[in-house]
Amino acid sequence: MGKRDYSPFGADAKRAVESGLTAAEWYHTEVPRKVMKDLMARSDSPAIRDTIVLYGLMLAFAAGGIATWGSLWTVPFWLAYGVLYGSASDSRWHECSHGTAFRTPWMNNAVYQISSFMIMRNPATWRWSHARHHSETYLVGRDPEIAVMRPTEVAKLILNFFGILDVLKFFPTLVRNALTGPTPEEKTFVPESEWPKVQRAARIHLAIYLATAAFVVATGSILPLMVIGLPRIYGAWHHVMTGLLQHGGLADNVIDHRLNSRTVLMNPISRFIYWNMNYHVEHHMFPMVPYHALPRLHQAIKDDLPAPNLSIAAGFAEMWPALRRQMRYEDFFVKRDLPPTAKPYREDFHQDVPGIMPANAAE
Amino acid sequence: MPWIDACATDDIDQEDLIRFDHAGATYAIYHGVDGQFYATAGTCTHEHVHLCDGLVMDFMIECPKHNGQFDYRTGEAMRAPVCVNLKTFPVRVDGSRVMIEVS
Repeated sequence: MGKRDYSPFGADAKRAVESGLTAAEWYHTEVPRKVMKDLMARSDSPAIRDTIVLYGLMLAFAAGGIATWGSLWTVPFWLAYGVLYGSASDSRWHECSHGTAFRTPWMNNAVYQISSFMIMRNPATWRWSHARHHSETYLVGRDPEIAVMRPTEVAKLILNFFGILDVLKFFPTLVRNALTGPTPEEKTFVPESEWPKVQRAARIHLAIYLATAAFVVATGSILPLMVIGLPRIYGAWHHVMTGLLQHGGLADNVIDHRLNSRTVLMNPISRFIYWNMNYHVEHHMFPMVPYHALPRLHQAIKDDLPAPNLSIAAGFAEMWPALRRQMRYEDFFVKRDLPPTAKPYREDFHQDVPGIMPANAAE
Repeated sequence: MPWIDACATDDIDQEDLIRFDHAGATYAIYHGVDGQFYATAGTCTHEHVHLCDGLVMDFMIECPKHNGQFDYRTGEAMRAPVCVNLKTFPVRVDGSRVMIEVS
């Protein structure tokens, strides 16, 4: 395939449409209807519990950080607060954008709006980019949420562990959205009826940041920024670490989430921060299953999926060499083995799509 | 407009739906929480995913792909990413059979 063009207006986007890849039906494991209905069932209580714990811890850590400001004792408080602000907000944004975290719609929407602000995403724009990510996962030029583009640029990955590139991209876009609405790129996936919402959300976010900046000037302290804004930088590392594992080093331009997504078993703290999105093959295959039911879904369909990586370290041990190899040979990807009980990958379909997934590129 | 025999009343659990294909078109038949039966077009207006794999909650059907929601009594689009309403069809029950009027 050679050099990839990730622009929504580029040759790869055009080819994905013309080849029929964007209209193809994705593979999913057969699950009996009664089992799936049980897995899809909504409930408020797990997310209310988790939200009280999350926001309660954030308040406690911020209070501790403010109380010890000026001493070294303040550091652990801000490290903990930062991860909850700059990383847990990513998973809350994600799950509430699907509307599956809570049964009650206003609760989903309230946490979605708060999380969108903290993770620095326009709530109106990103709702649509994520819909596209699910329709056309890792189709080059079509999926606006490809975290690791090929060839791999390691410096960018490292910078983003501190949210640097995300934040540098966010603020110019925020100002542009606030002044003139969505960008031309955003208009490729946001329906026109939603464009005013993009502008309104950007104006609200911008106003909060300007008020925070004014507070910094008035008090002569960066403390307000430690609470609002900066944690998106100093606390981003966890969501970048887990986010890279979702698809990093795996196939692109395929229609089977077992090929392009990764499930990684994790410790309970990371699973709380990440809200079970470590079950990522399962989530992509059945996005209507709430986060709290994903472990049960994993048990129900694991015989049809590649074996999960057994830890974050094991996931990186598989992914990192692949990313390094993609620096020089961008067609390389890790093809994960299926258990004997699984239905095979549709090699025939993938090879029939012109220029897509050359068979000799796999490991 | 013809009435079509779609299914038996006990083919659909209450608060659930099934897919019904007829003459090249696909429909969704619902057994509502109120005990009534309803029918809509069978695919989501957003990206034409079959609704039969989705979740019925009260009077909502949620698309299994992007979680857009419709009121299946009226077809009204209730939650993004769906913006276009779903077409609905009249339903009547004849004995133990569910009939839908297709246009």
